[in-house]
Amino acid sequence: MERRVVFEGKLLPYLLVAPQLAVTLVFFFWPAAEAVYFSTQSQDAFGLSTVFVGFENFATVFADPDYLHAFQVTAIFSVAVTLLAMLPALLLAVMADRVVRFAAVYKTALMLPYAVAPAIAGVLWLFLFAPGIGILANALRWMGVDWNYLLNGNQALALVIVAAAWKQLSYNFLFFLAGLQAIPKSLLEAASIDGAGGVHRFRTVVMPLLSPTTFFLFVVDVVYAFFETFGVIHAVTGGGPSKATEILIYKVYYDGVVGLDLGGSSAQSVVLMIIVIALTAVQFRYVERKVHY
Amino acid sequence: MESRSGHLAWLPHLILVLGLALVGFPIYVTFVGSTMTTPEILSGRMSLMPGGHFVENYLAALTQGMPQLSGVPVARLLLNSLIMALSIALGKMLISFLSAYAIVFFRFPGRMVCFWMIFLTLMLPVEVRIVPTFQVTANLGLIDTYGGLAIPLIASATATLLFRQFFLTIPDELIEAARLDGAGPLRFLWDVLLPLSRTNLAALFVILFVYGWNQYLWPLLVTNTASMTTLVVGIKSMLTVDANTPWHLVMAMAILAMVPPAAVVLLMQRWFVKGLVDAEK
Amino acid sequence: MLSIRSLAVAAAALCTTALTAPAFAAPVEIQWWHAMAGKNGELVNQFADDFNKSQADYKIVPVFKGGYADTLNAGIAAFRAGQAPAILQVFEVGTATMMAAKGAIKPVYEVMDEAGEKFDRFAYLPAITGYYSTAAGRLLSFPFNSSTPVMYINNDAFKKAGLDPAKPPKTWPEFFDDAKKLKASGSACGFTTGWMAWAQLEVFSAWHNKPIATKENGIGGKDAVLEINGPLQVRHLQDLVDAAKDKSFDYAGRTTEPEAKFVSGDCGMIQTSSGTYGIFKANAKFDFSVAPLPYYPDVAGAPQNTIIGGASLWIMGGKKAEEYKGVAKFLTFLSQVPIQVKWHETTGYLPITKASYEAVQKEGFYQSHPGFDVAVKELTNKEPTENSKGLRLGNLPQIRDVVAEEVEAALNGTKTPKEALDTAVTRGNALLRQFEKTAS
Repeated sequence: MERRVVFEGKLLPYLLVAPQLAVTLVFFFWPAAEAVYFSTQSQDAFGLSTVFVGFENFATVFADPDYLHAFQVTAIFSVAVTLLAMLPALLLAVMADRVVRFAAVYKTALMLPYAVAPAIAGVLWLFLFAPGIGILANALRWMGVDWNYLLNGNQALALVIVAAAWKQLSYNFLFFLAGLQAIPKSLLEAASIDGAGGVHRFRTVVMPLLSPTTFFLFVVDVVYAFFETFGVIHAVTGGGPSKATEILIYKVYYDGVVGLDLGGSSAQSVVLMIIVIALTAVQFRYVERKVHY
Repeated sequence: MESRSGHLAWLPHLILVLGLALVGFPIYVTFVGSTMTTPEILSGRMSLMPGGHFVENYLAALTQGMPQLSGVPVARLLLNSLIMALSIALGKMLISFLSAYAIVFFRFPGRMVCFWMIFLTLMLPVEVRIVPTFQVTANLGLIDTYGGLAIPLIASATATLLFRQFFLTIPDELIEAARLDGAGPLRFLWDVLLPLSRTNLAALFVILFVYGWNQYLWPLLVTNTASMTTLVVGIKSMLTVDANTPWHLVMAMAILAMVPPAAVVLLMQRWFVKGLVDAEK
Repeated sequence: MLSIRSLAVAAAALCTTALTAPAFAAPVEIQWWHAMAGKNGELVNQFADDFNKSQADYKIVPVFKGGYADTLNAGIAAFRAGQAPAILQVFEVGTATMMAAKGAIKPVYEVMDEAGEKFDRFAYLPAITGYYSTAAGRLLSFPFNSSTPVMYINNDAFKKAGLDPAKPPKTWPEFFDDAKKLKASGSACGFTTGWMAWAQLEVFSAWHNKPIATKENGIGGKDAVLEINGPLQVRHLQDLVDAAKDKSFDYAGRTTEPEAKFVSGDCGMIQTSSGTYGIFKANAKFDFSVAPLPYYPDVAGAPQNTIIGGASLWIMGGKKAEEYKGVAKFLTFLSQVPIQVKWHETTGYLPITKASYEAVQKEGFYQSHPGFDVAVKELTNKEPTENSKGLRLGNLPQIRDVVAEEVEAALNGTKTPKEALDTAVTRGNALLRQFEKTAS
């Protein structure tokens, strides 16, 4: 956490941190403070009349069954997306690490979804599954499934989970591959000489050495599922049907932007900020330990 | 692990091909869609082989404006996205490199305060603070400018963290050697640290470029004139699943939107993977 | 390979130059933020173009901002940041919100007065302007694109089912019957509806002379309560749920998404905005007819008249006097007969002045385009009662979403129609009370 040997400098370090501090203060702390301020106010849509209401917005938010429902949806959504994005990625990375021929082709193709914007990924999946038009929607109908995600909440949730996980799979694949390639071949050969079979080697040598990557990806994926999937949900279901796919971040957007309720939306933002800061502290603690490996 | 010869050598290939098919399918379908006409696409029985309208669709997408976007050609949207992504990537790399350097290689009063202030932003995406950030941006007169598109998104510490991790692994001997040579901190930064950080910089560039390129909500709010919109926002705005959507053009635009970030990922691939590996150590 | 250092220098240079690039600017510019996509959007641009070419003092700059909700929100966010456009197109459900924002908007009659533009409010069709006027009849916003739900029929699908497109169903029982026949003859679905909450509950209620809310549907006061869970509405929802069972009714989305199913030929009938006529004309590969909405024959007073939907242009406050002059001139321009005639005939949105309506009639346009005047006829069918003058409810965009959610719950079997509508009323009333609190 600290270096033993450092440079002296009185003014220089301040000058070096200044740009980042400036941007952080202006574009993070100032808006965050405003969000906290707004969360204690009750306003009309245009901000023409403002009344201080203390914690009333927070009370309303927590008493709102839709908010608790959004928590539930978010929990299910993030776990599902994380698992669906990580496990296949691990499998594919292990396989890609083993092959020599066509390795470049596989790696290239599997990295492509990473380049797709979540908002656009949402659109692509929408197109595939649109009742009536979509190829996969028609395939499902042909198989006897009554596919209409506009009415069926579970189908809608499944669809956005798949769309969101698809994108993140690529990202995880990249990191897993890098992690696997960082494992010294000597360790694996030593284990092999000791008579350990493939699966055993995987369990006792590869998995532990891969665990920093795994944990890192786990936290990143959860954060991704929490926040960056906004684009996918906005494009595909708009939080519906009947709020079946309304995750917390979407609710912040909906209440603030469509509902024009800045007070409630800001209160939700503040809650989200607290959750994320807690997650940051956890992740950061963890990353610290990693340095001493 | 080396690939073994003999039985089951085809198993990894099989799994990979399956994975490829599943993962690549949506992109393939989009590509096929971009070579057809809208009625063909909407018929619900779209074939899986590319159609014959590749050239005309892409030409139309690139050169003509879409009426919904007030006549702004896609080429302009591509340019806006490019500038935005480059500014975010390069801007973030620059300020993060400098501040990580200061925090790691110096002792100064208030160092830990700066440290925590910066790292508090680590995972807070712009969506959560969107409305107040918009107001701040407006107050600074940055609406409809490239600055407004890029600068607010530079305010997070991912890159700083990565650099910090890397800097902590630099052996002390290097610093002492530099000192002996009479080099000051800036010399050290320029001559020693920068070259050593090559792969990290490459990896970061890829991640940040893709991040900046794929932004949606922020550019949507901060631009008013159609000529300042980004490609991702443009595509999404043409997309309401109703009778009006020119699907063939939307698909072409979606493919176009994928090309620069994919190109960046592919070109920097060598360094990218190496850079991630280095950061893990 | 480029040295990393030269790259670093280039990076720094690029940053400083790129980030100070100036914004796009033009002289005496008047921004008009709108939500008109496709062909309608093209006409908007053309009107602006024509106006700009006709004089040299003002330049109207239309900016497409997405759907109605996105456009309104963009306008509000911009206002809060001091960056509002001069003209903002707001859907009719945002009327209460806009009316309550006294400092943020400038009423149209004031703008016209102060600019010295001649403005005769009696030249406009009262069924349309009434929605956007004060109780004293003074116009607050400019009714740019007004529409009302009508029924569109796929002629080919009708013939295939053995039905006659010239004899569309007049009553709901006939309608459901025809939908079944369409499904039986091979259509993927019998009918669908765009703008679910608007067409099947709000306008539906007015068409049958039933209230949507107390206090004249909210026009008489902010303390109104919703009444869309009356026996007739519950019965109608039950009928829809039943029709959905054999897919003679197929629910395909809350707003304009279902229109794609009509265009693709999937659904043989659709009830949606009369303003979609232009889009259907441009995209459908079959002949279609327009007919009035069906009604339940056993309800006294039905059919009454429909109420308008669509959007109006609101003038934002805090602008310079010369901008308002330009706005006033532009509104006069938009009210001209040739412009109104073109707008009406291309898009299907209603003509707003008596003169333009008469001009279209004189042209014989309605003879050569049968069904085109269905919308106007529906609007003016009878003298409006207190249930069918219009509505003015706060937070209506959210209330519509609530209604849509509850209807979706009824359609997928989670709730009975009565439970669904009762819940919709409870949730909607909470939103109304919240609006009442903040808008006083």
